[in-house]
Amino acid sequence: MPPLSIIIWLPAALGLLGALAELARSRGRGGEAAGGWTLPGVLAVLGALGALGLSIGYIADFHAGSTKLQHVTDTVWIRDLGIHYKLAVTGLNVFLVGLTTLLFALATVAANRRAWNRPGLFFFHFMLAESAVLGAFLAQDLALFVAFFDLMLIPFYFLIGGWGSDRDKVTRVRATTKLVIYTFVGSLLMLAAAIATGVLSAQEGGGPITFALSEIHASALGSGTQDWIFLFFAAAFLVKMPAFPLHGWMPDGYRAMPIEVLMVFSGVLSKVGAYGFLAIVLPLFPGAAVHFQTLMLVIALTSIVYGSMQAFSQTDARLIAGYSSVAQLGFITLGIFALNPQGAQGALLQMVNHGLVVAPLLYIVALLAQRTGGSEDVRQMGGIAFRAPVLASVFLVVALATLAIPGSGNFVGEFLILLGVFKAKLAIAIIAFSGVVLASVYALRLFIRSMHNRQAPGVSSFDIGVFDGAVLAPAVAVVLLLALYPQLALHRSERSVQANVVSADIKASCGNRRIFDCLFSHRGLAVELAQAGASGHQIAGGYASGRQVLVIK
Amino acid sequence: MSSVLLATAHLKGPHVDFAGLSPLIALLGGAAIVLLAGLVGSRRVRAHAVPGLTLVALGAALGLTIWQWHEQKSIVSGALRIDPLALILTLVLVAGAACAVLLAWRSLAAREAAHGEFHALLLTSVGGMSLLASAQNTVALFVGLELLSIPLYVMCATELRREHSLESGLKYLIIGSVGSATLLYGLAMIYGATGATDFSAIAEKLASGTLATDPLTLTGVALCVAGLCFKASVAPFHQWTPDVYEGAPTPVTAFMAVTTKVAALGVFLRFFDVALISTQSTWGPALATLATITIVVGNVGALGQSSLKRMLAYSSVAQAGYMLAGVVVASRLGVQATALYLAVYLFMNMAAFAVIVARERETGLGDSISSLAGLGRARPLLAWPMTLAMLGLAGIPATAGFIGKFYLIDAAVSGGYAWLGVVIVVGSMISLGYYLPVIAAMWMGEAPAEGRTPPVHPGGLPALAGGSPELDADAGVPEAAGWEVGTVAVLAGAATLFFGIVPQPLFDLVHHAGAALGLL
Repeated sequence: MPPLSIIIWLPAALGLLGALAELARSRGRGGEAAGGWTLPGVLAVLGALGALGLSIGYIADFHAGSTKLQHVTDTVWIRDLGIHYKLAVTGLNVFLVGLTTLLFALATVAANRRAWNRPGLFFFHFMLAESAVLGAFLAQDLALFVAFFDLMLIPFYFLIGGWGSDRDKVTRVRATTKLVIYTFVGSLLMLAAAIATGVLSAQEGGGPITFALSEIHASALGSGTQDWIFLFFAAAFLVKMPAFPLHGWMPDGYRAMPIEVLMVFSGVLSKVGAYGFLAIVLPLFPGAAVHFQTLMLVIALTSIVYGSMQAFSQTDARLIAGYSSVAQLGFITLGIFALNPQGAQGALLQMVNHGLVVAPLLYIVALLAQRTGGSEDVRQMGGIAFRAPVLASVFLVVALATLAIPGSGNFVGEFLILLGVFKAKLAIAIIAFSGVVLASVYALRLFIRSMHNRQAPGVSSFDIGVFDGAVLAPAVAVVLLLALYPQLALHRSERSVQANVVSADIKASCGNRRIFDCLFSHRGLAVELAQAGASGHQIAGGYASGRQVLVIK
Repeated sequence: MSSVLLATAHLKGPHVDFAGLSPLIALLGGAAIVLLAGLVGSRRVRAHAVPGLTLVALGAALGLTIWQWHEQKSIVSGALRIDPLALILTLVLVAGAACAVLLAWRSLAAREAAHGEFHALLLTSVGGMSLLASAQNTVALFVGLELLSIPLYVMCATELRREHSLESGLKYLIIGSVGSATLLYGLAMIYGATGATDFSAIAEKLASGTLATDPLTLTGVALCVAGLCFKASVAPFHQWTPDVYEGAPTPVTAFMAVTTKVAALGVFLRFFDVALISTQSTWGPALATLATITIVVGNVGALGQSSLKRMLAYSSVAQAGYMLAGVVVASRLGVQATALYLAVYLFMNMAAFAVIVARERETGLGDSISSLAGLGRARPLLAWPMTLAMLGLAGIPATAGFIGKFYLIDAAVSGGYAWLGVVIVVGSMISLGYYLPVIAAMWMGEAPAEGRTPPVHPGGLPALAGGSPELDADAGVPEAAGWEVGTVAVLAGAATLFFGIVPQPLFDLVHHAGAALGLL
């Protein structure tokens, strides 16, 4: 396979090419777009499809049996700061990269249906966003991750502010600014936390400063330091998801975004936060994760309940999708902070599932708006199914997947999450079960209100065309594939997930007992971990040397 | 008679290291030549040859600085120190001054002040800054500071017929003099306590005995802090900054914003991290508190400003606060981080000011944020540098500002001031509140109704008020922004982007700066 830099920078490069082409052509004349396919649009589609092809290659080429980094690219970026340009595929990110490239490909194709003002610039930002998101997923260096994490917001700022769908421009710019500042507050806190992690671990543990994830030994840090660093990271990730008390930017932001942008924003960006917890916070700060486990679980739980409640009381179809994402992301957080392999695996699977479901759902919202004459209000929809059987069936598949009907991939994900939480905190698991019920309420409500009932006045129903089919079909196909064969994702991510949650898992189940005694009494756990390929250092987490575990191994 | 001759024969003149002084000679000598060239009769020669000669002088200084690159020596009886830190700062100063000359090329300010005088003042000021950057005793420090300040007071007031310009010059003069006087008091007290003017001698005296906790020393240090804070516009001594920045002619503001920061921070580094290093436990927390106040005041003050120059003035206050973090930790890393940030700061500010200069001349809106409306569509070559400058100042990745801020936080955390690192990021958060609207105006705003409205210029004043018919004939409406303004904008914007992606050259540049001060 080609180096990972290609998959990251290919979209941005083609986006830039498109922008330059437009600049060269529009020199002298107005540069007003005619509509339909434009050169920048075509280049963007090529870039997105190229990235998609590469990511499928990486998925096929993935060696499931090891926790080793694969396809590593590692060069020094800034020597004096110990920052590496280090990229790699792991079991954690391989499917998220696949999801990102798929959703961006679909959204780019979908974006070509409309005539954008200054298409070159639009597609440049769009593709830059893809590059930044891929970079964040693939980065194996803390500082690089932070850089990509912050960077990915900038193109979205331009996309939403410049091409947003809200009719009132002042409101739109305000919503955009709010969104960006909200998310940047978290990101910048994370920047401070990341630098502190690298610098302080190097100071405490001796040795040169480094930000490479595999070489930071944050366990040397005092628990007070670990705690504040954890909270800063959590702030960044929870805002991005968004989770309940930090979701203030979401309603305005969702309403302001063009639907194509929203597809990837909701489908992919929220996952970067969840991925950050799994890939960075849990392995680096297992102690703090255990310390704040209850807090995080409660936040997750409130997100589920609040998101679901909002989702079945809103009438704006877009916001129903938005709040359902809050609830779904709550489930994902719940799984991550179960702090055991089942929960984490479920969370990872659910990240992919949610992305695959929410993007078509939002696209369907746009299709519904076409049929109601522009309104996205469910009260003005109804009876669309009569003349649009294909749309109705696709919608039904998506809606059923959203509510995690048994047999869907989402069911497997939620099941694993609840299983993990069940093992960790029984009371929380019991409340979380209600979220599953609530999901069916809002998903079916959206479907029934729009598709069934009497045909609302102003609704002109017609079925989807080939173009819309081409956008929806791949996502739905993958949803069905994961429903029939979830092992595809589970198998590949299993080892990496176990290795990443192992320290936190031990800390959670051992408490303050000596690690050796604990592992002795939980022999099964130790053997399981050793089989998972976790290194002695990972197993010992914070307080014991690796030797004791290796004895058991 | 013969004995006198004998005596003079034995008298050896002090050894003058002309090589070490050469950048300074180029600058001050250049000032003299430029002043003379300004007397040439032809208006065309004045308008173009004078700035050209100024650039040549700056280029010579630049070349001589690079020639001295690996030197480490004291010159002029230990009054000045030529070391990598001084040379890097001189490099940044000269680059900043060159940008300012380009921005002022067709400006009203240079024309009204007669080109020769304007550029001679500019070169003298740069000379003072360069002196300051290498000052190694308190006398050289004060001389450098005055040599820097006095030409600037005049330059602020060069747009003779604009009230704000005059007001700005007067304000700067008064407040700057108070700052200088305070500093002089402080220096005198430190001399009284230690009996030394040389930085390293002061450090020795303070390290031994109980002088470090002596009230006289501490009062002296406190007054020095206050005096230097006036110059670096550190809160609560920053009040003059917005008014002066707004009132001064924009090329002068650009010059001032960048170079005085460089000089003042250079003095901070040398004075505090060398002379007063043994009292670091005393001034460290105090300076950290000042940095915090500065970051908060600067960022909050910039919110809601509609004048871009005022906004950048407050932003420069905040940036001074960030850079103080590098001084506070008094470590090698801190010095390097500050020096690196100063270089980065040059690019970001020059890009922003160049765009402001261009828009001031093209629209009648002055430096109002509305002058940028719709720029993204109409003038992408101006809009992109401004965008990059704003993103860089806010510390967004892929711009040099991110790298600079990263390094400063790194230095703060490893110096045991992790909380100051957090303050820096909190400041950056607030700063988005005023940097983003600028970007929004350019890319998401509609261009104002077409039709160029040239700036309005007040008519001639009566001779009593400083007006003269000759000057009026000379002034007229300024020419449109020439290619040189756009070039500065594009180059500075490109540098902001380039060093955000490939920062290693900057790190190599500042690598020896920290070692120069003998810090760990």
